[in-house]
Amino acid sequence: MENVLSIAVKAIFVENLALSFFLGMCTFIAVSKKISTAIGLGISVMVVQAITVPANNLILTYLLKPGALAWAGFDDVDLTFLGLISYIGVIAALVQILEMVLDKYFPPLYNALGVFLPLITVNCAILGGSLLMVERDYTFTESATYGLSSGFGWALAITAMAGVREKLKYSDIPDGLQGLGITFITAGLMSLAFMSFGGIKL
Amino acid sequence: MGQTRKEMLVDPLVDNNPITLQVLGICSALAVTSSMTVAFVMTVAVTIVTGFSSMFISMIRHQIPSSIRIIVQMVIIASLVIMVDQVLKAYLFEISKTLSVFVGLIITNCIVMGRAEAFAMKNPPIASFIDGIGNGLGYGAILMSVGFIRELFGSGSIFGMTVLPTVNNGGWYVPNGLLLLPPSAFFVIGLLIWAVRSWKPEQVEEREYTIQSVEAH
Repeated sequence: MENVLSIAVKAIFVENLALSFFLGMCTFIAVSKKISTAIGLGISVMVVQAITVPANNLILTYLLKPGALAWAGFDDVDLTFLGLISYIGVIAALVQILEMVLDKYFPPLYNALGVFLPLITVNCAILGGSLLMVERDYTFTESATYGLSSGFGWALAITAMAGVREKLKYSDIPDGLQGLGITFITAGLMSLAFMSFGGIKL
Repeated sequence: MGQTRKEMLVDPLVDNNPITLQVLGICSALAVTSSMTVAFVMTVAVTIVTGFSSMFISMIRHQIPSSIRIIVQMVIIASLVIMVDQVLKAYLFEISKTLSVFVGLIITNCIVMGRAEAFAMKNPPIASFIDGIGNGLGYGAILMSVGFIRELFGSGSIFGMTVLPTVNNGGWYVPNGLLLLPPSAFFVIGLLIWAVRSWKPEQVEEREYTIQSVEAH
């Protein structure tokens, strides 16, 4: 239990996907102009992340790892080199399924999140979450926690960013820094702030 | 598209740079720039993947049904990235350890997808290949400049060779440790964008709100 808690805190604050691993930066910069859209995208990322990371963990454990195919009679097959292509396949398929399910059963939610879902397939935070899960050898429970909390951390970061940018647009910024430039510098300052969580151990 | 091939190759370097102007592929640009060797390997990997994926996608662009084109593109890109990843693991194991997940993340690097969607789906293979290489190099140019600043001032070396001897090794230069930490990548790129846009004022973005000055304008 402690282990799970520590993974969660670490994923949300200390190793925030957006601000310390720079994952999902393209969408982070592009869709953080308004708080409402940022929250919508943040929630979609959280949902998708919470589903795909454990799903990829199952794929890794039961299909790809060396010896994982023992149940099918192939004892010494190592398919880890197919990892990348299977994870991205799982992500693309799950996003598509999620879109269809939401459309069918939860139309209001679909209307709110629908536009963001296709964007999420190519969001590096999602694939990055799965790859970090593989690299750190998480178990199924750990990977479920990691997925949910890293998604939450990303949502937190983009919402905070949108809040800053909504105020920032009224300020007098040098011409060359207008738009993208100042956004980067803001992100840098936020990342500095998040670094102060470093060293917290639970 | 009335561009010559040379224009296609040179244009993305400054005038239409994928990072500073099209806002594509920022994730990896920030993460792998704390040393130049790593940034260089990443540049080569991304350039190769962008060039070849654009070429292959363009070859089959008339056969791809548009409803599933994203998945088809993903499969092509992912296969190329797996090849790059395997080559790196075989010949440059140390660097591939440092790059860790970022090689895999070339798949979702928006430059690759972006060029496939915007250029390769509409143009013949050779032009797409050149466009891909050009954009890869434009990405690389930013990556190398950020890497140069961060490594030179952060650890006093270039490509791992000491240029400014640091105090710890008996030299005179006190390295700026902040430059090796993640936030500095944001600052360096932000300032770089400022520099490029002061040089090429036509890239400056429109203000959403203008501050009223006293003089009529």
